[in-house]
Amino acid sequence: MRYDFDFAVLLDYWPDFLAGAWVTLQLTFLATVFGMAIGTLCAIGARGKRRWLARAIGIYVEIIRNTPFLIQIFFLYFGLASAGLRLPVFTAAVIAMVFNVAAYCSEIIRAGMDTVHPGQIEAAQSLGMSTPTIYWDVILRPAIERVYPALTGQFVLMMLSSSVASQISTEELTAVANNVQSFTFRSLETFLAIAPMYLALAALLKLSFWGIGLFAFPRRRRLGTAL
Amino acid sequence: MSAAVNAPAVALPAVALKDVRKSYGPLEVLKGVSFDVAPGEVVAIIGASGSGKSTALRCINGLESIQAGSIEVCGHHVGTQRSDAELRALRQDVGIVFQSYNLFPHLTVEQNVTLAPRRVKRIGNAAAKDLARACLAQVGLAEKADSYPEQLSGGQQQRVAIARSLAMQPKVMLFDEVTSALDPHLTGEVLRVMEKLARDGMTMITVTHEMGFARRVANRTIFMRDGLVWEVGGAEMFAAPRTPELQSFLGSEL
Ligand SMILES: Nc1ncnc2c1ncn2[C@@H]1O[C@H](COP(=O)(O)OP(=O)(O)O)[C@@H](O)[C@H]1O
Ligand SMILES: [Mg+2]
Repeated sequence: MRYDFDFAVLLDYWPDFLAGAWVTLQLTFLATVFGMAIGTLCAIGARGKRRWLARAIGIYVEIIRNTPFLIQIFFLYFGLASAGLRLPVFTAAVIAMVFNVAAYCSEIIRAGMDTVHPGQIEAAQSLGMSTPTIYWDVILRPAIERVYPALTGQFVLMMLSSSVASQISTEELTAVANNVQSFTFRSLETFLAIAPMYLALAALLKLSFWGIGLFAFPRRRRLGTAL
Repeated sequence: MSAAVNAPAVALPAVALKDVRKSYGPLEVLKGVSFDVAPGEVVAIIGASGSGKSTALRCINGLESIQAGSIEVCGHHVGTQRSDAELRALRQDVGIVFQSYNLFPHLTVEQNVTLAPRRVKRIGNAAAKDLARACLAQVGLAEKADSYPEQLSGGQQQRVAIARSLAMQPKVMLFDEVTSALDPHLTGEVLRVMEKLARDGMTMITVTHEMGFARRVANRTIFMRDGLVWEVGGAEMFAAPRTPELQSFLGSEL
């Protein structure tokens, strides 16, 4: 048996692939920004004095981390639809991704916060600094610097699992590929073609995070060592 | 005109502890501690490990709450109840330096020094830079402004910690065994900085194992034992302790 590869038919569809990649990037960007924000707040809440809040966050994190992303996205999209709230598929995908990545982020950031020595917090308190400033300047900044590689790895994973959003017909890269292979009957070629596109997106993401890291963590830039 | 008009008013103490009691759970650590520190005075606190020296210092700047008694610090009252705002106001007047320097590792030396003034007193960038230069010069580390803490020796880090406290322009400085974590050959540079501060008129309370420093620099020394102020005296106390407990403590320290 031999298979005759025909990539030429795919060329007609390159604008669709590009549009799909663009949607994937948008999903990833929004999930990263909001996931980071919510994850940070959850990490703060999980270490806070309010027991009920810490517990609620713990339950949320465990649910997200122990169920498949596909189920989460279905639950959000079809669940809300049956309750009468029909979200646009893009919005549903973004919300599902945000809640998913925020749960992982909060665990990572919490681990980072745990590495901040209590003595540094006492030193800041002794200087008359307020709790919000202490959280930002003394706890979160070094914590995020420490776990930055783990965080960015999580965002790259999120970008890759955004392909699951094709299941609710969000027109991201995988959904486009699905359409294209159903028109062309060239499944193998189509999926062989989008693999390097995902690789390129991952490389782009990593490069961006590297640049942001250089800008955000001058100590690392100067000394070249992890905090 | 009578001479009394020009005579200085009897100075209020900068720090006054009255019958302070502090427990951790069932363990009573301070069992009614009272002492005063006059403005400009240098007081050393000595005593065996576990006698409550650190706890006493931490109560003075509100890092620990007290269960009974009262503390007056530069016009701030620290009772058994305290609000966050009161605590922050108090802490702006009281600097503390710990045994473990506790510098912020992600910030340069200069940023360590300027963080609190920028955030708490909201001073501008240019003023903060000048302030950092001045405070670092005071501890002899002006040239290290752009280094990170990990690039410094222990003695240098401890001097940065002192500069960081000085940048808030405190009225009282507390030192908790600031040389205990240092190699012997590095303690001198830190003690010299503290001695200079004392000469410049800073009110200081310093918990120390350096008996030579206590004898030479402190106006008075407090010997704590078992959560109590056991004996108080000047330099003569070291040569002629009144209590057998201090005598045996001094014997063990030599
Ligand atoms: N956070 C704490 N929780 C419980 N016990 C403590 C705590 N801090 C100090 N202690 C206890 O209080 C006593 C006095 O400690 P401390 O003030 O640190 O003594 P010193 O500084 O004189 O060595 C010790 O017995 C110590 O174990
Ligand atoms: Mg101690």
